[in-house]
Amino acid sequence: MIKLKEKILLSGNEALARGAYEAGVKVACGYPGTPSTEILENLCKYEGVYSEWSTNEKVALEVALGASFAGVRALATMKHVGLNVAADPLFTSAYTGVKGGLVIITADDPEMHSSQNEQDNRNYAFAAKVPMLEPSDPSEAKEFLKIAYDISEEFDTPVLLRTTTRVAHVKGLTSVGEVQTSSVKPGIEKMPEKFVMLPSNAKRRRIELEKRMRLLREFAECFPENRIEWGDKKQGFITSGVSYLYVKEAFPEASVLKLGMVWPLPEKMIKAFSSKIEELYIVEELDPFIELHVKAMGIKCRGKELVPSIGELNSRIVREAITGEKGAEVFGPAPVPMRPPNLCPGCPHRGIFHAISRLGVFIAGDIGCYTLAALKPLSAMDSCVCMGASIGTAFGMEKALGKEGLGKIVAVIADSTFMHSGITGLIDVVYNKGFSTVVILDNRTTGMTGHQPNPSTGVTITGDSSAVIDLEALCRAIGVKHVYTVNPNDIEASLKVLKQEIARPEPSVIITKSPCVLLPEMKKRKDKELYLIVPEKCTGCRTCLKLGCPAIEWVSLTPEETKKLGYKEKQKGYSRINATLCYGCGQCAPLCKFKAIRVAGKEDGKNT
Amino acid sequence: MGKTRNILLCGVGGQGILLASELISSALVKAGFDVKQSEVHGMAQRGGSVISHIRYGEKVYSPLIELGTADFAASFELLEALRYLPYFNKVTKVIVSTQKILPSPVSTGMDTYPPDVLEQLKSRELTAFPVAAFEAAKAAGDIRAANVVITGALSVFLPVDEKIFLEVIEKRVPEKVRAVNIKAFLKGREIIKTY
Repeated sequence: MIKLKEKILLSGNEALARGAYEAGVKVACGYPGTPSTEILENLCKYEGVYSEWSTNEKVALEVALGASFAGVRALATMKHVGLNVAADPLFTSAYTGVKGGLVIITADDPEMHSSQNEQDNRNYAFAAKVPMLEPSDPSEAKEFLKIAYDISEEFDTPVLLRTTTRVAHVKGLTSVGEVQTSSVKPGIEKMPEKFVMLPSNAKRRRIELEKRMRLLREFAECFPENRIEWGDKKQGFITSGVSYLYVKEAFPEASVLKLGMVWPLPEKMIKAFSSKIEELYIVEELDPFIELHVKAMGIKCRGKELVPSIGELNSRIVREAITGEKGAEVFGPAPVPMRPPNLCPGCPHRGIFHAISRLGVFIAGDIGCYTLAALKPLSAMDSCVCMGASIGTAFGMEKALGKEGLGKIVAVIADSTFMHSGITGLIDVVYNKGFSTVVILDNRTTGMTGHQPNPSTGVTITGDSSAVIDLEALCRAIGVKHVYTVNPNDIEASLKVLKQEIARPEPSVIITKSPCVLLPEMKKRKDKELYLIVPEKCTGCRTCLKLGCPAIEWVSLTPEETKKLGYKEKQKGYSRINATLCYGCGQCAPLCKFKAIRVAGKEDGKNT
Repeated sequence: MGKTRNILLCGVGGQGILLASELISSALVKAGFDVKQSEVHGMAQRGGSVISHIRYGEKVYSPLIELGTADFAASFELLEALRYLPYFNKVTKVIVSTQKILPSPVSTGMDTYPPDVLEQLKSRELTAFPVAAFEAAKAAGDIRAANVVITGALSVFLPVDEKIFLEVIEKRVPEKVRAVNIKAFLKGREIIKTY
């Protein structure tokens, strides 16, 4: 949506992409992660901006930092947990400072809509001693990003910009502006005292850092995006980000101090505001970040004793928390079956997880679509912690159990996650003489976040063809002697290799190769052979249901119906395949001992 | 314009609820409203239950609809209308696709699909409009346009001209499937108008 001088509906992420373009960003890097992914997906469409999916967030921030050292404006984007990975360069980049403006967008996910934790990354701003801006809607997101670049260059610091799911994935009216240019000139300039963080230099930069924070605290006092909206002075709120919108909705008459910059805080402004307010409340999602600092200023206020620190807020939660009165309930919830997310019909991951689960081993899993294998009926994942953790945790269990652990643990990780941070784990296994079996699910893409290419895909973020990292050769180069590639849709063949490798007292890697069925080229396939279940042959044994394929449906029968259909008296129902959902992966057919599952005839393809 | 109004869309990941949200929000913007729309991406989309919030009015603050305050709701799948019941009130107009997509506990025989979704809505005195969106989309030429049938049905209740909606669809939908989607949209409108 590139249009000038008009208000258009943009998501927070689309607005941030536009903002980066308008700020004159030249290099933008990130690793896909909900809710941050669409920033780079949109930014890469603008001319004059180099964008990349980096191998991981640490690399993304390092590339962006390098671009800043070379005198251009640079951006790194990531989800909240991605900043944990990038924390190392973050903390020291606060010492080096920048040349071209450098902004890191951290997209937090309160409520864990699509995340493994709900950490509050405002704490990073405090810990790393860098300023942080926090917009409350898409329009602000765009403007704040431009301001962030000015702050970065003026104060010689990286700047954090924090969004949350309800900013990143909210669409709102946003105006578009002109492209700015930075006054910094690109080029190589050697400044070892600033860029080489030897202790002697770092000690001097440490002092600079404190000076900078003092200047930023002064700046915060007159920063126009820290603003007071006076209203009724009986109740006053200090808030920021999307919480500001909930406060405005719930208490339209109250006085509000809206913080556009959540670190460092404008102490004088906060004191002046609170002195005129009878009851002061701090409304913020997750941690009592503002609250702790306001309390440390000696100001009486109430925050987390009333407002939940778990999950995201909304206007009702805020109203109920502050007034202590429960809102009226019109309708209570009705009992309905759960609808958990599931692996797609035809997903190649389903086959390999079905095979591994039959081994009865502990499955150390990882982050991606395939984490859904943990759900019933596959129940094929026993741990999932963070990106890349599968290999290390499997190896750790193995070291703890010694020989007893042989054949009892399998690590499962997918291509993108392996590139992100699985490689180092595998090197550890080889170097430290482990016998881990690692399964790498190669579906040629980063599925969960919406099909971003990765180093094993063969294309870049813009779709240009690129080198394909050969997973098999890579594993061999690391020193894994036993590397196999299997077709995960062939469950029996995969199982055979798995059985052989888990028993082996040496490291091995099994690569499952089959593309994600949601990739456009896979969706367009014309050679799909759909399957059906011959009703007369189905004995109702439910074996096929253990795959958990959405296309396979169980039909319950009453004793009368069983009789009428000519089934054995004890049969409680039969399975059928929903032809509109079947993808034709063929995983189910060999599982049926009664040969009830077969390819649907090309003529009578419809079997529902 | 006055009061902020709330439209709740719900259904199953993969049903095109995000596109429907975009069409509705864009049409409301074209009609001169301030709009905020909120959705969730990522894991929730993999066949799970999804919800999209659309709020419009003179000035919209919160991007999220409060429980009990939906003015209009459209459920793209039958039983999902029941899941989001706490967002409705006695005057919420609820459009319900009669299309059933079995949740995994049902398809694996662990749970049963409620046989009386529409009756349950009616017993709470809700004004429910069942729409055979799947069939209507099939008749229009592509079952994947079922989301646009529901969009058409919902559009009847909104303070936006049909013309604006058609312009938005023209602009947003690829040329190859434009005619099908316009047909689907008009079918949805017709279904509600002839109620």
